[in-house]
Amino acid sequence: MSLTPGSGWRLIAVLIAAIVVLPVVALFGFALQGSVGLWSHLFRNVLANALTQTVILLCGVGIIVALLGTVTAWLIAGFDFPGRRVLGWALLLPLAVPTYIVAYAYLDILHPIGPVQSLIRNVLGYSSPRDFRLPDIRSMTGCIILLGFVLYPYVYLPVRALFATQAANMLEASRTLGAGPLRIFWRVVVPLARPAIAAGMALALMETLNDIGAAEFLGVRTLTVTVYSTWLNRTDLPGAAQIALVMLLVVIALVVMERAARSGQVYASGSRRQVPLARVKLGGVAGLTAMAVCLIPVLIGFVAPATYLIHQAWRRYQFAGIPERIWTETWQTAVLAMSATVIAVCLGMLVSVAPRFSSGPVTRAAVRLSTLGYALPGTILAIGLLPVIIFADRQISAVLGWFMADAPQLILLGAGAGMIYAYVARFLAIAAGGIEAGMTRVPASFDHAARSLGRSPSGVFRQIHLPLSRASMTAAGLLIFVDCVKELPATLLLRPLNVETLATHLYGEAARGTYEDASIAALMIVFIGMIPVVLLSGRIRV
Amino acid sequence: MNIKILVAAGLGVAFQSAPLAAFSDEINLYTTREPKLVEPLLDAFSEETGIEVNTIFLKDGMPERVEQEGEASPADILMTVDIGNLVDLVDRDLTQPVDSAVLNEAIPANLRDKDGNWFALSLRARALYAAKDLELDSFKYEELSDPAWKGKVCIRSGQHPYNIALTAAYITHHGAEETKAWLEGVKANLARTAGGGDRDVARDIMGGICDIGIANTYYVGLMRSGAGGPEQEEWAKAMKLILPTFEDGGTQVNISGAAVAKYAPNKDQAVQLLEYLVSDEAQKIYADANFEYPVKAGVEVNPLVGEFGELQIDSTDLTEIARERKAASELTDEVGFDN
Repeated sequence: MSLTPGSGWRLIAVLIAAIVVLPVVALFGFALQGSVGLWSHLFRNVLANALTQTVILLCGVGIIVALLGTVTAWLIAGFDFPGRRVLGWALLLPLAVPTYIVAYAYLDILHPIGPVQSLIRNVLGYSSPRDFRLPDIRSMTGCIILLGFVLYPYVYLPVRALFATQAANMLEASRTLGAGPLRIFWRVVVPLARPAIAAGMALALMETLNDIGAAEFLGVRTLTVTVYSTWLNRTDLPGAAQIALVMLLVVIALVVMERAARSGQVYASGSRRQVPLARVKLGGVAGLTAMAVCLIPVLIGFVAPATYLIHQAWRRYQFAGIPERIWTETWQTAVLAMSATVIAVCLGMLVSVAPRFSSGPVTRAAVRLSTLGYALPGTILAIGLLPVIIFADRQISAVLGWFMADAPQLILLGAGAGMIYAYVARFLAIAAGGIEAGMTRVPASFDHAARSLGRSPSGVFRQIHLPLSRASMTAAGLLIFVDCVKELPATLLLRPLNVETLATHLYGEAARGTYEDASIAALMIVFIGMIPVVLLSGRIRV
Repeated sequence: MNIKILVAAGLGVAFQSAPLAAFSDEINLYTTREPKLVEPLLDAFSEETGIEVNTIFLKDGMPERVEQEGEASPADILMTVDIGNLVDLVDRDLTQPVDSAVLNEAIPANLRDKDGNWFALSLRARALYAAKDLELDSFKYEELSDPAWKGKVCIRSGQHPYNIALTAAYITHHGAEETKAWLEGVKANLARTAGGGDRDVARDIMGGICDIGIANTYYVGLMRSGAGGPEQEEWAKAMKLILPTFEDGGTQVNISGAAVAKYAPNKDQAVQLLEYLVSDEAQKIYADANFEYPVKAGVEVNPLVGEFGELQIDSTDLTEIARERKAASELTDEVGFDN
C-alpha cells in the first residue's frame, strides 16, 4: 500500500470490512465442504414456494412500512393536530418490541378463545368458537400486517428527521407557490424523501428477511426458514451455508440496484441554516383524522402487545413472584448491548468518513462490504463467526503458552467477545448507514477548506466530521442498542457458560411453550428498549 | 453516562463468568434442553456431590460450536433431545465412549449406544390430542390421512424434529412411497397451516379450530399440573390424550439423552453426573419436573402421565429411525407439508 495521503484511511476501511467479511469467508469454507446435490431437491420441491413466500412477505411489509412511515412522518413534521407532540415520539415505540414477542402476543389476543373473539361472540350471541370465529392470524396476511406495524419506525425515523431539517425550505417554497397538501405530498415530499424511505425500507426488509421467530410461528415458510430445516433436519451445514450465500447475493443485488437507482442525485442541501418547517394547523375533522392515522400504528405496534405483556406479567407476578435472576440478566443484557453499541458506532463513524479521504475503489468496496452483516440471518452469521473467533483464541493461547505452562484457552469466546463481535458485525450497517446519511449533509467544501487551512485528514475528522455527526451517531447508537437488546440467535449460540440475556431467557421459556413464564422477561426487554427510543425522540424533536 | 466505565464493567462481568475448566469440583454442561427442565436435577446433583455444574443452554448449532472449539472445548457433557441429534454427535466424532456398569444396568440396551457414546435419560411419546367429546378410544398413526378427518387436524411444522422423527418412523414401517402418500393425506386434512407449538394443538382444539392433533405427551402433564397457569389447565381439560400406535407396531417414542464430550476436561465428574441422572431419585425428579417417561425400569411415572394408559413402545430401533431423518425431511418438502 503506497503512502499517499489517505492510505491510512483505506487501511482502516479494509480492516473494518474484514470484520464482517471474515465470517462470510468462513461460510464459503463450509459451503465448499458439501456437494451441490441439495440443489436439485430444492429446485424441484422447495425454492419456488419459499421464494414466492419470501417475495410476497417482503413486498407486503415493504409497502406497509413505506406508507405508514412516510405518511406519519409527513403528518408529524408538516402539521399541527391534537396529540401531535405525544404521537411524535410514541410512533417510535414499536421499535422496542421484538417481532417474535408481537407474534406470540397477537396469537393470544386474537385466538378464538382469546379476549377479542370471546367478546365478539358475546356481543353476537354465539356460545362456542365452533359456531363463530374470525380468520386465523397464522397466515401470510397476518404476518405481513404484524411485521409491517412493528417495523415501520425504521422508515418513520429517517424520513421525519429529513423533513425536520433540510427539506424544510423546499416544502416552504412549494407552499408559497400555491401547491395543495396532496400535490405537495406526491410531487415534493415523496421524491424528496426517497433516499430516506429507501434506507429505512432496506433496514425493515432485512429485519423481515432475518426473522425466524415470527414467520415460523405464523406458518410462513421463507427462505430463511428453509435454510434452517436444511441445516437442522438434514444435518447439512454446507447446504445451509450454500443457501445462505445465495440469499446474500440476492440482498447484495438489491442494494446495488437501489444505489444505482439514485446515483447522480445529490441530496446535500445548499443551505446550512436549519429552517424548521412551519406547521400547518389542522382543526376539526382533518385534525382528528390526522390523529387517528398516527394513533393506529402506535396502538397496533406497541400499545396492544405491551398491554398484553403487562397483563400477563402481572398475573405471573401474582402466581410466582419475580424471578431472582432477572436482574442479573437485565444487567448482562444492558452491558453487552452497550459495549457492542459503542464499538459499532465508532467503527461506523470511521467507515462513513473513510471515502472522504481515500476515494479509490478499494475503499469504496470496503465500505459497502462492511454493511453486509445485516443481511445474514443471525444464526448463520454466528456459525460463520465461530471459526474466526476460535482461530483468534488459538493464537492468543499460543502466545500465552510462551509465558505460562497452563495457558487458558478460548479466552475471547469465554469472555463473551464472540457475542459482541456478532452484534457489531450485524449492526454495523445501521451505524454506517445512519452516519453516512448524516455526513451527506456535510459538504465536501468543508473538508477542502479545512485541508487548505493546514489540517491533516485526522484533524479534519476530529474537528469537523465528529462534531457534525454527533446527532446521527447518537441516533444510530440508540437504534443499535435496541437491536442488541432484542438479538437472539447469535446470542444463543455464542454466549459463554452461565451467561443469560433477557432474550435467551425468554426463548428458553417460549421453547418449552411456557410463554407466560417469559412475560416478565419480555416486558423487561420492551422497557429497556423504550429508554433509548424515548431518548432518541428527544434528539430529533421537531 | 460514562461509557468507559460501562465497557470495563462489561468485560468484568464477562470474565467472571469465563469457565475455569481446570478445577475439578465443577463440570460444564452444554444443553439444548431448556434451563427450567434441567435446573432442578443439577441443583440436586450439586447438593449431593458438591460439584458445581456450569451450563449453557444452546439451541441450534451446538455440534457446530463444539466441533469448532475442538480440543480446547470446555464442554464435559452434551445433553440434547431427539435420537437424531445424539447420533449426529457421534457421527461427527464429538463424543467419547463411556463404560459404566451403573449406566448399562439402569438404561435398557435399546436406549443407549452399544459403544457407550450416548445414553437416553427420558422418554416421551408422540400422542394424539382429541376433543374430549369425540367418541374415540384408540387411534393408529395411519388414520391421520383418513379423509374422514378432512379439515380437522392440527399439527406443528412438518419440519420440526418431533414430526421428522414421526415421519422417519413411518418410513421404517411402510417405506418411502406409502409415507409420501400418508403425508399428502395428512396435509389435506389440516385445519390450519402446520406451525406453532405442541401446546397450540390443545388450545386450537378448545378454540374449535380442529378436532384432533399430534403432539408430545409431556405437554399434557405440564398443562394439567397447573404449572403453566390456569388457562392452560383449561386447554388441557378440553381434550383427551390417546396413545396411538402403528398398525404393525407400538407408540412412537423419542428420547432426551446425553453424551460425554470427546475432549471433556472433567470426564470422571461428567460420568458421575450421568450416573446420577439415572438414579431412582433423579429419574423421579425428571419425570415429575417435565412429565416424561423415565428410562429406568421400576421408576414410577408421574400420576398425571399414568392416566394416559400403558405405553407400548414401538420396537423399531431408534438409530434406524435416525437414519431416515433426511428422507423424512425431503418427503415433507416434496408434499409441501408446511406450505
